[in-house]
Amino acid sequence: MRVESIGSVIACALLTACALTPPPRAPAIAINEDPYPSTYERYPGVPTVIRNATIFDGEGGRIDGGSVILADGVVQAVGGAELAAPAGSVEIDASGKFVTPGIIDVHSHLGDYPSPGVPSHADGNEATSPSRPEVWAEHSVWPQDPGFSRALANGGVTALQVLPGSANLFGGRSVTLKNVPARTVQGMKFPGAPYGLKMACGENPKRVYGSKGNMPQTRMGNIALTRATWLKAQAYKRKWDTYQRKGGDMPERDIAMDTLRGVLAGKILVHNHCYRADEMAIMIDVAREMGYRVGTFHHAVESYKIADLLAANGICSAMWADWYGFKMESYDAINENIPFVHNSGACAIVHSDDANGIQRLNQEAAKALADGRRAQINISDEVAWTWLSANPARALGIFEKTGSLKPGKMADVVLWNANPFSVYARPERVWIDGALLYDANDPKRRPVSDFELGQPGEGDVK
Amino acid sequence: MRFAFLSLLFAAAAPAAAQTIAITGGMVATGDGGEPVAGTVVIRNGRILAAGPGAAIPAGATVIDATGKWVTPGIVAGFSRLGLSEVDLSGGGSDTSAANGPFSAAIDVAPAINPLASTIAVNRADGVTRAIVAPDIAKSIFAGQGAVIDTGADMDPITAARRFQFVEMGETGAGAAGGSRASAHVLFRNALREASELRRYAVPISSSGTDEPDERSRPVIRDPNESRIMGIGAQRSEDVLLTRFDAAALVPVLQGRQYLLVHVERASDILQVLRLKREFPALKLVLVGASEGWTVADRIAAAGVPVIASAVNDLPSSFEQLAATQSNVGRMAAAGVRVSIGTINDNDTRFLFAQRQYAGNLVALRNVPGATGVSWGEALAMITSRPAEAIGLGGQIGSLLPGRRGDVVIWSGDPLEGMSAAEAVFIDGVQQPLESHQSKLRDRYRYLPRRDLPEAYRH
Repeated sequence: MRVESIGSVIACALLTACALTPPPRAPAIAINEDPYPSTYERYPGVPTVIRNATIFDGEGGRIDGGSVILADGVVQAVGGAELAAPAGSVEIDASGKFVTPGIIDVHSHLGDYPSPGVPSHADGNEATSPSRPEVWAEHSVWPQDPGFSRALANGGVTALQVLPGSANLFGGRSVTLKNVPARTVQGMKFPGAPYGLKMACGENPKRVYGSKGNMPQTRMGNIALTRATWLKAQAYKRKWDTYQRKGGDMPERDIAMDTLRGVLAGKILVHNHCYRADEMAIMIDVAREMGYRVGTFHHAVESYKIADLLAANGICSAMWADWYGFKMESYDAINENIPFVHNSGACAIVHSDDANGIQRLNQEAAKALADGRRAQINISDEVAWTWLSANPARALGIFEKTGSLKPGKMADVVLWNANPFSVYARPERVWIDGALLYDANDPKRRPVSDFELGQPGEGDVK
Repeated sequence: MRFAFLSLLFAAAAPAAAQTIAITGGMVATGDGGEPVAGTVVIRNGRILAAGPGAAIPAGATVIDATGKWVTPGIVAGFSRLGLSEVDLSGGGSDTSAANGPFSAAIDVAPAINPLASTIAVNRADGVTRAIVAPDIAKSIFAGQGAVIDTGADMDPITAARRFQFVEMGETGAGAAGGSRASAHVLFRNALREASELRRYAVPISSSGTDEPDERSRPVIRDPNESRIMGIGAQRSEDVLLTRFDAAALVPVLQGRQYLLVHVERASDILQVLRLKREFPALKLVLVGASEGWTVADRIAAAGVPVIASAVNDLPSSFEQLAATQSNVGRMAAAGVRVSIGTINDNDTRFLFAQRQYAGNLVALRNVPGATGVSWGEALAMITSRPAEAIGLGGQIGSLLPGRRGDVVIWSGDPLEGMSAAEAVFIDGVQQPLESHQSKLRDRYRYLPRRDLPEAYRH
């Protein structure tokens, strides 16, 4: 950044010959890229030792009769019976029980399509233009959505990405949250998590706008508008990159383009709703043409058809176990999608997109795992757990902090009362950053949202 | 590429329904609430002959070894729209409701069922053998008459046509009634009164004792309701809201000859529905949904009205479901309510296979302090015999008791576990194909490396 001296500015104002010298440039004003910063602070925990557990460490490792030590908000150690307990720690005998990293849902609309699902709460789709990268999901999230508590207590979900909906080609920014109740969305924001950009291809944008007689009305219209928008973003980025390097007159700011510029700069991760294999392949080329990366294809029911292509491009697929046929682009869904993708060496993630499904992601993974085994793809339970914690953490850019049970990582941990791939298993306790936020045996360790107070069923087991 | 998924396939060249089949060595659960025990299941002439530890293997029976497997009745989808929609959203050809049609209660789903729908094949492959199929409402609180179907790979899907009438009396019904529950209740009473006026006009369907001069001009009437419209002097007042067909269709409801399935969720709505029997004592009510049923479970039990509930709704998705909890089913059952599981407005055209997972979740609740679950045997009954009993077909389907239809599934393991799969499915004693659009795609794309011909040639 160049800094002009005050003296030369004054001289220029007085002398007509100053046109021959370079015009003075004001230093570039730094743009605040985090104007709604996380205010999340971990809640206090007590040093805890879980012993005699079957541990899935989240990176494919398994320890039978294992121990996990949690203290100061982080995983201190994972190992066998030999691990020494810190002084004053609580010991939990987890014989017959299982310990895993907390489940991370890479695709949720909790908070932006909260319960009750009344029209006043429909805050997920800014369906007023197919390109709305200017909207941020966090500005829609209602922290009092009762769904967060169900995801915690029944689902063992410790972090989640809340996305805008898929009506638009560019749906807006996503936000990654700790599943910890708070008065404000800032109080839930995962510290340091990168932003995501929700994009969509296929039926939804063309249906929503085509039915109004607007572009896009076709899949080719989807792609044309997507490319045109990226070209604008490239121009915007050039202008702003120059300004930030050289200073001068600040270009006009455009909140929509700020987001796309962040993608082109590699700071914002792309989460692309895309069902069909052929459309995913086109979006991979669009990304290459326009200079960005697709991080994850969401609802990728046909990933199995191009699992090799996805592996070669290092793109994750966020998938359901067995959803099919509810729209044309889900018509070719198969139950083996997740294991087929995994088997090709690509990154597989089990996601929910659903306030009920988020409570059973472990069961969804189990179904996919079993379907894979029946197709002679033998994946162990502990490796399959990567679909639920590590891979979604990678897709969200938070794997250095959470997503597996490694010393120094956030103590986001679930103690299950049985093998979590069994339908009969339930979370018994859930820790987030080492704080015990759910305990099935303690009705006081169960969140009740403001909305539920004084209502029928307040504080019930749900 | 084909997989040998089935080790159980036997040469089924003979007319299958006439066969005697003995499934031996498996863990047998009869679907009537009991726990599984090792035993044998015998199917003869399309019906269950015997099931359990003491069942003898008849001479000449085709024996299927199910050692290490589980054997149960086929799953009965407790409330569904199976066979009415191939693709739900913008897929064309969905028959769940007729938004622009003139009729409501008269609608009969039976002619709309497509036995070759891919949804039927997918659910059959997961052990769903029968389904209670309801239409969805359009402009009236009355959706029309639902059927019971089988999922067999043949062109005769109907087990029982016009088995019940379906009506919305909660928030959805209020919307259809113009905007309030009060309006829905008046519309309901008005409709049954209009039906009452038609009741007396019925003539025997086969009767020729009329003053019609020419038999050839008489319409052929096979639906008894239509005979009321054609009866002598079947004039109606001009002050009517229902079409003649719709009013006539409600006569059997009024007379208690056809079940009335009523969708309500809120506790107060449930009680209002139970109260309808004071005015219309013959009604054969079945509650559908009932998310807040546990809060008034004693009164539902006292009324003797069965409930087809959503198993795991636990969110206040609307203001009529504020008390929703996964313990709803268990608490109602504990209070003596006859409960079964359905998929009310929950991807009801296609995800009926999810019922067994939901049932397993209810068993899991037994280990959650403060929650109320159900036993394994009762959970299985809730997706087999209980829904059949709710609409009076318990003597026909949903269990392995002698004489029931031969709907039997052999599972790789505990059927309430998501990791288990159906390995053989029998409907009316006929072994069913388990292939589907999905299984064909799986086989086509199991291996991706390029070959001498495109993927389209792998079939």
